[in-house]
Amino acid sequence: MVETDLSSQREAPDDAPRDADHPRDSLIASFGVDKPLKLDAGVELSPFQIAYKTYGTLNADRSNAVLICHALTGDQHVANLHPVTKKSGWWETLVGPGKPIDTERYFVICPNVVGACMGTTGPSSTNPKTGNPWGLEFPVITIRDMVRAQAMLLDHLGIEQLFAVAGGSMGGMQVLQWAASYPSRVFSALPIACATRHSAQNIAFHEVGRQAIMADPEWRGGRYHLEGTNPRRGLAVARMGAHITYLSDAALHRKFGRKFQDRENPTFSFDADFEVESYLRYQGISFVERFDANSYLYLTRAMDYFDLAADYGGVLANAFKGAQTRFCVISFTSDWLFPTSESRAMVHALNAASARVSFAEIVTDKGHDAFLLDEPELFAIVRGFLDGARKARGLAAKS
Amino acid sequence: MSMPPREKANLNVVSIARTPGGARIDLVMVAEMVERGVKVLDVGCGDGELLRLLSESRDVDGRGIELSREGVNECVAKGLAVIQGDADTDLADYPDDAFDYVILSQTLQATRHPRVVLEHMLRIGRHAIVSFPNFGHWQVRLQILLFGHMPRTDMLPYSWYDTPNIHHCTIKDFRQLCTEVGVKLEKAVALNAWGSPLRLNAPWWFWNLFGEQAVFLLSRKD
Repeated sequence: MVETDLSSQREAPDDAPRDADHPRDSLIASFGVDKPLKLDAGVELSPFQIAYKTYGTLNADRSNAVLICHALTGDQHVANLHPVTKKSGWWETLVGPGKPIDTERYFVICPNVVGACMGTTGPSSTNPKTGNPWGLEFPVITIRDMVRAQAMLLDHLGIEQLFAVAGGSMGGMQVLQWAASYPSRVFSALPIACATRHSAQNIAFHEVGRQAIMADPEWRGGRYHLEGTNPRRGLAVARMGAHITYLSDAALHRKFGRKFQDRENPTFSFDADFEVESYLRYQGISFVERFDANSYLYLTRAMDYFDLAADYGGVLANAFKGAQTRFCVISFTSDWLFPTSESRAMVHALNAASARVSFAEIVTDKGHDAFLLDEPELFAIVRGFLDGARKARGLAAKS
Repeated sequence: MSMPPREKANLNVVSIARTPGGARIDLVMVAEMVERGVKVLDVGCGDGELLRLLSESRDVDGRGIELSREGVNECVAKGLAVIQGDADTDLADYPDDAFDYVILSQTLQATRHPRVVLEHMLRIGRHAIVSFPNFGHWQVRLQILLFGHMPRTDMLPYSWYDTPNIHHCTIKDFRQLCTEVGVKLEKAVALNAWGSPLRLNAPWWFWNLFGEQAVFLLSRKD
């Protein structure tokens, strides 16, 4: 655990905006003016690009592709060393050779979502009209827009049907949107720790995070790239607040309790006396090293707007009408951000649509974050579900 | 998620007869009543043994509901389409005619509203298959008559205070319910203590006395 003072941050790297256009260690699919991305906001994004990673080999009949959708603060580096943090991929527990999503068997694709900041076009990318970073000129995007862009990426790669789409949290929302928007392109779907709509409480938490960013004087109305500033404090506070919602009271208590950080007694100051404070500060600070504040605004907004039933006359089951997709819905007992009740509502709608659905709730005290952590039951369920789907799809054991 | 204290209600059969191949005889009986290649919902599917048997021997498209989390997670890890749910509350969410067969195997006596469950089964599916332990079996009768205590048998191994089985019935009682609900009795089989089917031409009173468990195939009357 590192104790860090928020005021003594290193300067933003000079190549930050350029990095947004030219990501390190990723593949790029560019879509010219002839292939605009039609957005729910009623405008077109063009030209744009998608940064993505792939693992494994696409088989001859192109039937073993698995799309991984990342969460709010995730990116395409699902199963490799992260180029910025130098940490292992965010889902290396689940994706890799011999893992439940076995890269010796499946061709795994993980794109960075539209609006993010790791190489796919987003608010920190260069606006071709001005030559400057988009900032708040960037159109507001939705989960459906992200999925539309991913469908264009699949067209670009020549993949008609995905063997599976998997993701947790915001990634799970994309999985659901995939199944609703492109049912024939999704053979099996794993929406994990997510919901078919963002709750009022979750929108409220997001608003606190956004206000923290906008209240930072360095945010400069979103023009911080141009003005050479960076709303680190605001983004760090947003992350700290959000991070609490990813854990649980029990997990925080188990991990930190009321333990002091490197001291015997309270200092009678506002230092990070408690371990939990120090931990949160570290989470905030390490986050700003790899994430763009405006992207945080756009992606949280996309999640807030997500309400799958609203797009289908208020009847969630209609979103999955006639679905041939095999679903595996997974929730975690201590996840209070996307509680099991949300997954249960999803399952009811899928049942009402006569979809083939499996639903498992995993007992853990690790909260929402559990989907990213070492949860052997999660691994067994994902592996078993995909094995069943693989037999039904007639895929060979190894690609 | 608070669940009623009825976990593993359907796993109450501890020492049941098995075929030489290792399959539970009552499940084989159920499976034999199912046409090939149909769509089946198994309510209270336990660890998925019947669903697996159905998919392997009858080539069915099977789905399951199971109350216990352990059962559900075990099923999903086997690649079966199973969700966590409660027969008493969750059948209402299924649309009419969603399945060809709805199966309730060794679970009827653990439901809160057996009649409502049965009605839902025949709304959701064209056919229903119900198997249950027969409370009219002579051993059960004898234990109350001679010893004056609640019966405990291989089929019903629980003490009165911790049993998940809250609605016991006899074969006769169940036939009565079928008449009241107005369903058509297509086929019935009673199994003796060794898991062998009783003589088909035996009278109902004989089944009710010597059948340790029964399997009923029902369909809508119209």
